[in-house]
Amino acid sequence: MSDYNFAYLDEQTKRMIRRAILKGLAVPGYQVPFASREMPMPYGWGTGGVQVSAATLTPDDTLKVIDQGADDTTNAVSIRKFFEKTAGVSTTEVTEKASVIQTRHRIPEAALSEDQILVYQVPIPEPLRFLEPRETETRKMHALQEYGLMHVKLYEDISQHGAIATAYAYPVKVEGRYVMDPSPIPKFDNPKMEMAAIQLFGAGREQRIYALPPYTKVVSLDFEDYPFEASKADHPCDLCGAEDSYLDEVILDDAGSRMFVCSDTDYCRSRRDAGHIGRMGELAA
Amino acid sequence: MRLQTSTAVYAGGFSNPPVTAAHAFRAAMNAMARPGQIQNISGAIPPAGVSVAAGTLLLTLCDPETGVYLTPGLDSDALRGWLTFHTGAPVVEAGQADFALGTWDALLPLTRFRAGTAEYPDRSATLIIEVPGFGPPNAALKGPGIKGTAQMQLPEISAFRNNAVLYPLGVDFFFTAGAQVAALPRSTQVTAEA
Repeated sequence: MSDYNFAYLDEQTKRMIRRAILKGLAVPGYQVPFASREMPMPYGWGTGGVQVSAATLTPDDTLKVIDQGADDTTNAVSIRKFFEKTAGVSTTEVTEKASVIQTRHRIPEAALSEDQILVYQVPIPEPLRFLEPRETETRKMHALQEYGLMHVKLYEDISQHGAIATAYAYPVKVEGRYVMDPSPIPKFDNPKMEMAAIQLFGAGREQRIYALPPYTKVVSLDFEDYPFEASKADHPCDLCGAEDSYLDEVILDDAGSRMFVCSDTDYCRSRRDAGHIGRMGELAA
Repeated sequence: MRLQTSTAVYAGGFSNPPVTAAHAFRAAMNAMARPGQIQNISGAIPPAGVSVAAGTLLLTLCDPETGVYLTPGLDSDALRGWLTFHTGAPVVEAGQADFALGTWDALLPLTRFRAGTAEYPDRSATLIIEVPGFGPPNAALKGPGIKGTAQMQLPEISAFRNNAVLYPLGVDFFFTAGAQVAALPRSTQVTAEA
């Protein structure tokens, strides 16, 4: 522990990140450039989220890290261990007990409170990037609120598939001004973004930070005749029976057997502890 | 003799910089994310005439990469020396400042501070306004970070309204008194409280 500065990063780096977070909160949805540092993990493993968490954590915090909703995947476990070692913070898997939650591609099922901070790992922060590869152009498009191209993309979805086929990283408009990439969360999670907690987004490789203060207006883009729909697999969870949670599909054998389970492992566990049982679940010991 | 008077600049820094700065930043972030809400912030003991909250903000956010503007009423050798020793931040003109410190009247007019550009609205100043205290509210606030409406005492209404009209450009404000801080980002809509 004493071999590292608190939370790994040096103080000047943290100040630079903190200034970016404050400007991000002042202009919700706008991507603030920051001088992303090399972290002791590869790009794509949450270097942006880790830097934002490092600049945000205090020794009193309790950290939870999830990867696609799960607390026990490699990415989540290694980031949790990283901060246990470099910041000495306590960690938890229980959503309600966490004060800072770093997430890859999910929002927890349990509603977050005002005392919590949700930090997203973002691979590609620019929602217009696949439509316009030049940063100089996308920056101009944001400045001029020139978002027609995004609606063309959603329209092409409808003309080809009969519905808006975008299922994750579904673009949102923040406070009627900036179009923002919510990171690759399933569109099922989009309505949860109007929440009581502070949401911070960090993209390490792309060197961008953006933020949503609590209760910021976040609207998923759609059309009057093709309204936004927060979809999920049409099944209950096979372990806990939940009908309101986002589900992962698990292939069980090569004969077509499959099961659907909550992607949020803490939500599923807490429901099973409370006595809920799904189709293939067992009573908690 | 000179040595004696200048030793004061070495005092008043953070006792445990990484931890004190982390707590101070959380207070500043909570303030900026929840306009009008008052947060406790402490850690620094700046030279006389500057509040603990303002001094702590400076030590938490400023370094050699940020220009700081000090209004004439506050600008002193003691404050410059303290700021330079603890942060290394250069003292600059209002038009170049990333951070500005002073009372409301001394900071006016706001138009001399950087409000960002259309492509980079983040390249704008943050004003730290020293206020006597957080008195009874005279303004209603609406916008990101606020559930419904919030109330706050502001030195006036029109200047903040004009700043919000520039959105997404504009400057952002911290208000400091004693060991307390509140904030008003440019995204907040301000109206006079009836």
